[in-house]
Amino acid sequence: MTSPHDKPNGGGVPVPVTPAGATSGAPAEHPPSSPAGRGMFGNQGSGDVSGFGGLVRPRQPITGASRPFGSYFDEVHDALEEAYPGFADAIEKVVVDRGELTLHVRPERIAEVCQVMRDDLALRFELCSSVSGVDYLGADERRLHVVYQLTSMTYRRRVRLEAAVPAENPHLPSVTATYPTADWQEREAYDMFGIVFDGHPNLTRILMPDDWEGHPQRKDYPLGGVPVEYKGAEIPPPDKRRSYQ
Amino acid sequence: MTTSNYATERETTEGKVFTVTGGDWDSVVSGTDPINDERIVVNMGPQHPSTHGVLRLVLELEGETVREARSVIGYLHTGIEKNLEYRTWVQGSTFVTRMDYLAPLFNETAYSLAVEKLLGITDDITERANTIRVLMMELNRISSHLVWLATTGMELGAISIMLYGFREREYILEIFELITGLRMNHAYVRPGGVAQDVPDDAIIKIRELLALLPKRLKEYEDLLSGQPIWTERTKNVAVLDVTACLALGVTGPVLRSAGLAWDLRKTMPYCGYETYEFDVPTHTGGDVWGRYQVRLAEIRESMKIVEQAVDRLAKPGPVMVADRKIAWPAQLAIGVDGMGNSLEHVAKIMGQSMESLIHHFKLVTEGFRVPPGQVYVGIESPRGELGVHAVSDGGTRPYRVHYREPSFVNLQALPAMAEGGLIADVIAGGASLDPVMGGCDR
Repeated sequence: MTSPHDKPNGGGVPVPVTPAGATSGAPAEHPPSSPAGRGMFGNQGSGDVSGFGGLVRPRQPITGASRPFGSYFDEVHDALEEAYPGFADAIEKVVVDRGELTLHVRPERIAEVCQVMRDDLALRFELCSSVSGVDYLGADERRLHVVYQLTSMTYRRRVRLEAAVPAENPHLPSVTATYPTADWQEREAYDMFGIVFDGHPNLTRILMPDDWEGHPQRKDYPLGGVPVEYKGAEIPPPDKRRSYQ
Repeated sequence: MTTSNYATERETTEGKVFTVTGGDWDSVVSGTDPINDERIVVNMGPQHPSTHGVLRLVLELEGETVREARSVIGYLHTGIEKNLEYRTWVQGSTFVTRMDYLAPLFNETAYSLAVEKLLGITDDITERANTIRVLMMELNRISSHLVWLATTGMELGAISIMLYGFREREYILEIFELITGLRMNHAYVRPGGVAQDVPDDAIIKIRELLALLPKRLKEYEDLLSGQPIWTERTKNVAVLDVTACLALGVTGPVLRSAGLAWDLRKTMPYCGYETYEFDVPTHTGGDVWGRYQVRLAEIRESMKIVEQAVDRLAKPGPVMVADRKIAWPAQLAIGVDGMGNSLEHVAKIMGQSMESLIHHFKLVTEGFRVPPGQVYVGIESPRGELGVHAVSDGGTRPYRVHYREPSFVNLQALPAMAEGGLIADVIAGGASLDPVMGGCDR
């Protein structure tokens, strides 16, 4: 069995590298490319004879959106700008992708922004649908992202707020005062990613046992598993099998 | 204290009665309140038949009154979200179907919609595939609500409704078996469409169900609605109004029982729900009785949708996207030993076309690539908003998939429902949320 602190060898687990993007301080747009051709067939580095193993595919960068954002996004953006005096400081970037609006919020401002999003009459995001974490290990200096999906029942709109914190100091304010429903969801993000929500009434583990070490959904936490024998051949555990980029 | 001049005491059949005439109220009350010293903490679960699976409730009781309630979850955590990151996008549907085991087709559809949105092929999904998805989801909604009716009846002491509810659900599971090959955990709805077309005998069986179910539903209503025990145990029990629902993020039948007609099928339609005719049932009680009424009405509305969907299936068509880089090259076929690749296709790739063989092999082992980015898709499951937040790094595997599980979010409302009520109402309130722990813990 692998312990949580073992360095992953092979498999699809990305290894920590120097953060490539986002050194400017802006949050990363998308995760790092997964390493190609790793795993059970061996050939690390040199010779995958198919020629596809080491192929690095170009990826379309998602750049910050510019006006007009389209759809209802301009209205939401303007309403927030008008209602929230600290807008320029709090919103790091606006992204419109696949018909969804993402506002990247400075982590220390997230509770204030949520409060305005809920209370302002032109915004009215009454329901916080989901709070979850994503680990952008290797793509972002502030690798732990917290993603809030807000729903306005009045206007039938959805908006995503995203806040990024570094793993060394994974603190940001809790939004439970505004959205009590975030209670368990923030506990899950703490449990799985080790993100600490300051001001949460009871930030304890929720899915894993209380004495568990590590945060299982971080990208540097291995999946674990044992090889199984099938008709004489040894089938490695899923994270040791061959992966494709 | 009992000899205080301010409070004369006398014995009655109900116990001591004090006539308080003034003075120090606190000492009068605390000195004679035997209940106050008997606050006990009771662990209900995780193994308890009335908690819908492995849910543990920690209750602080004063007599039979619940003073504080806390729920402890995580006993069924299976790490599905983490496991998804090590499989291809198509394999993902076999994992997510196992989350909420009473609504597997909703898990699959939400996942498929998210992957399709990431791929940018939402508009390319064929009409027939969407119709089949709607058909399967609504049948699934009926079966899920029937299980709710069965288990809640049992928990409140009505054993016969448990047997009847499961009997009808079994009928629907047989339909699922005909169409997907499996009673549960189907992996039938896949990114790009559905795994295979609906066979003709399934249509016959669905029509039989549509004829049968109204009579049976009437029987259940006759069995429960007029029964004094049922009404006593459900009316004005575990009340949650719209404000509380919104604050706690509660959606689905529980929210609609409080009076807000919020149903994603109407408000943010997907899979072509806007083209079907159906109503969103609501109630104003906000209690267990209201949730019972809403769920029964929803079964009837789902039957309307199923009927319309079955009519539309008369028109044949493809059930997968045309893109050969996403859709598997052949439909599956039922053989003597179960479901597998169609024999014609196997003959072709093994005998005639090396290129087809390579293509098939690459598509199955590697999978397709999904452009980087993130999406959130929400659908209306039997329990409320089922959301999928999917992130892609541009590779053949999901980078991160998070499920916004309605069971998980709704269960937070249990203390608000239970505190201050009787311990028996904890069961009624918890059951009325319809939590499925497989979905809650994932």
